[in-house]
Amino acid sequence: MLASQIGYYSLVLGLFFSIFIIYISIKNFNNNQIIDNRIFSLSFLQLLFVFISFIGLIISFINSDFSNVTVFNNSHTTKPLFYKISGTWGNHEGSLLLWLLVLTIFIFLFLVKSKKQPKKYRILTLLFQQIIIIGFFLFVLKTSNPFNYLFPIPSEGLGLNPILQDPILAIHPPILYLGYVGSSIIFSSSLAAVVLKYVSKEWAKHIKIWILIAWIFLTIGILLGSIWAYYELGWGGFWFWDPVENVSLMPWLCLTALLHCILVLEKKLILTSWVIILSISTFTLSMSGTFLVRSGILNSVHTFANDSERGIFILIFLFILIFISLIIFFFFHNEQKKTQSKINLFSKETSIIFNNWFMMYFLSVVLIGTVYPIFLDVLTGVKISVGPPFYHKLIIPFLIPFLIIMSIGPNLSWIKTNLKKINISLIFFFIISLVISFVILKKNNQSTLINTVLLFASLYLFFVTVRDFFNKNFKSYSQKIGHFGFSLLILSIFFNSLFSSEIIINLKVGEIYAFEKGIIKFKKVETFNIKNYKSIVGHFEIEDDKKNLIELKPELRIYNQPVTITSEADIKTTLFSDKFLVMNVVKDHDFFNVRYQSKAFMIWIWISTLLLAVGGIFSLIRRLNEK
Amino acid sequence: MKNKFLLTFIIFFAIFSFFIFLKALNNSNVYIADNIFKENLVNFKSQELFSTKEISSEEIFKDSEFYILNIWASWCAPCRKEHPILMKLSQNSQVKMIGLNYKDNFDNARNFIYKFGNPYSNIITDKDGVISIGLGAYGVPETFIIDKNKKIIKKFIGPLSKKNLDKIILLIK
Repeated sequence: MLASQIGYYSLVLGLFFSIFIIYISIKNFNNNQIIDNRIFSLSFLQLLFVFISFIGLIISFINSDFSNVTVFNNSHTTKPLFYKISGTWGNHEGSLLLWLLVLTIFIFLFLVKSKKQPKKYRILTLLFQQIIIIGFFLFVLKTSNPFNYLFPIPSEGLGLNPILQDPILAIHPPILYLGYVGSSIIFSSSLAAVVLKYVSKEWAKHIKIWILIAWIFLTIGILLGSIWAYYELGWGGFWFWDPVENVSLMPWLCLTALLHCILVLEKKLILTSWVIILSISTFTLSMSGTFLVRSGILNSVHTFANDSERGIFILIFLFILIFISLIIFFFFHNEQKKTQSKINLFSKETSIIFNNWFMMYFLSVVLIGTVYPIFLDVLTGVKISVGPPFYHKLIIPFLIPFLIIMSIGPNLSWIKTNLKKINISLIFFFIISLVISFVILKKNNQSTLINTVLLFASLYLFFVTVRDFFNKNFKSYSQKIGHFGFSLLILSIFFNSLFSSEIIINLKVGEIYAFEKGIIKFKKVETFNIKNYKSIVGHFEIEDDKKNLIELKPELRIYNQPVTITSEADIKTTLFSDKFLVMNVVKDHDFFNVRYQSKAFMIWIWISTLLLAVGGIFSLIRRLNEK
Repeated sequence: MKNKFLLTFIIFFAIFSFFIFLKALNNSNVYIADNIFKENLVNFKSQELFSTKEISSEEIFKDSEFYILNIWASWCAPCRKEHPILMKLSQNSQVKMIGLNYKDNFDNARNFIYKFGNPYSNIITDKDGVISIGLGAYGVPETFIIDKNKKIIKKFIGPLSKKNLDKIILLIK
């Protein structure tokens, strides 16, 4: 009760600090050579109050204070403490408070860490960021107040959706948000740089760090979400091209493109407009994603909590930001006179430009797949749903040239490469990968042309990056790890889709089912009563074609508040494959629906994505030490 | 020149997208269409909440000009909010109020009624939600106005508001 009150009033205070900061910043903008110290203290206070507000909500959740509507809707007294806390950001209101917290953290860190940058640029960045912050303050306070009061006070809460009660999902939103919302600082500072004509090599060097931070967190956030979906949703896949997943992928694609072309800007001061466009689009895509997910446009039925007021607010705010950035871009930005007008075809910058074109292509495919159904519905009333085949058909063929450019590009030098110097080993690997991919696919009767070429391209990148590790050029370790990770990712996804198998059957306790690759034995069922759910555990024994025995114990959980049944898959992971078993109740109680999957190279998908992030972290550490 | 053209184009496109999204926002309500509007009520059997007796819809829907069927549950926060309005409605003798308790714990449901009052002349239960599905309901709370020929003449989705109350009173006059 008290915690909620404190939380609410510190939120309101936080909004007032925004106005103070803007007032002082504008006064300070032309006056002085140094930044007014009050700006620092006010920014710190704003961060502090948003933080207090967030803590207030956490305390309300810990105390199960059901006079708070958010707590009532999303918590329950029997829930373990850990999930009471993570329930704070597992809902709309709380997660928006987290948005706000991340926004204020980033601008504060930016102010502290940008001491070497020109004063006007720092203040203008702060101003743009405060516009975003005010927008979100108003959004939270007006439409999604996490501290709404409920009377009469209910004695029990409604409980958190059981599938959200999971350790990975507890840390997934904060990490994803650090990346998602972190892109706001890139947006603000690029607008500031455009207005002040400060788009320069120094600027590129300084903003690269923020791009890296956002990118690393976004990568890990997406990875965590994907791992969660893999074992909790019980479908045995890791990416479903669900709109909610797509909206996190789009900023990632944009940010990845930006990460590469900021290098070109830093080295050669070309592509300035392009860098600015990417910086603006990244955050715009984050905002659109928030709009699509939060407004309920995408998930349409069964959600009374979605009032359209929220959607309209965020929509208007989104378009205000778009218009501000359009106007700034068109009226303040003029492309630097072309200093090095000629871009040679065989140079690093060309390959990065190619990389960007492909990234933009992938981005448009995902964007169209996500948004087109909405447009079509409004314009013609036809409802369609876009599924994996659409994305696969449009993306996979273009991966091939993308991978090849990725393997050759980093080996080229800036400005111009002497073609004669290109290493003989590149040609050697070319032939090797072609032979290997052909042999592998022939052996497994999968040798269609596109499979062969795709496997060849990813193997090629794999070999080239492995070779590069032995070149003692310490500077680009991050790039090597990242590209190596990407080749591994494509390879493991490819093998995963090629060599995975699935069996779905209905089994009774005690039954045995034999299939071509082994035997499934359903030995027994046990039930347990655990704090807030009842657990039914099935015991299965699988014998594969090499007579290896494995025990799998999938679980069904019947939660009491709200009553929901979730199925927890049991997964045995080895380096080469995951054995995945999940069971479900059938209405007729004797039977259980059993789904057994053997997923090849599953763990390598996670490892390789982690490698991507590790590459980013290496680069970040190097950049931070340079200063 | 080229830039201006580009700017105009982008702005037009942005405005276009804006209105599409705005329209789509309102559209999401289209899914909650009154598709069973003016249709006959499907017959069903249920259990009474307090007496736990079996009761059929024919027994419930008789001897009144109008019926108001309200789907509610003790765990549903908006139901608490609309409860005073239902209490007010129950003072109207023209109409028979029926509560359909949706996927609820019976003890909690009874406590809810003891605590906040009983506006209904019958409370029937829908333990597994099948009756509500048959009625074409999307969730709780939901309120149906039914005439004496057992035709659904109006349907309210979500908690009833003061405005809805006035509308209902006009309807059943």
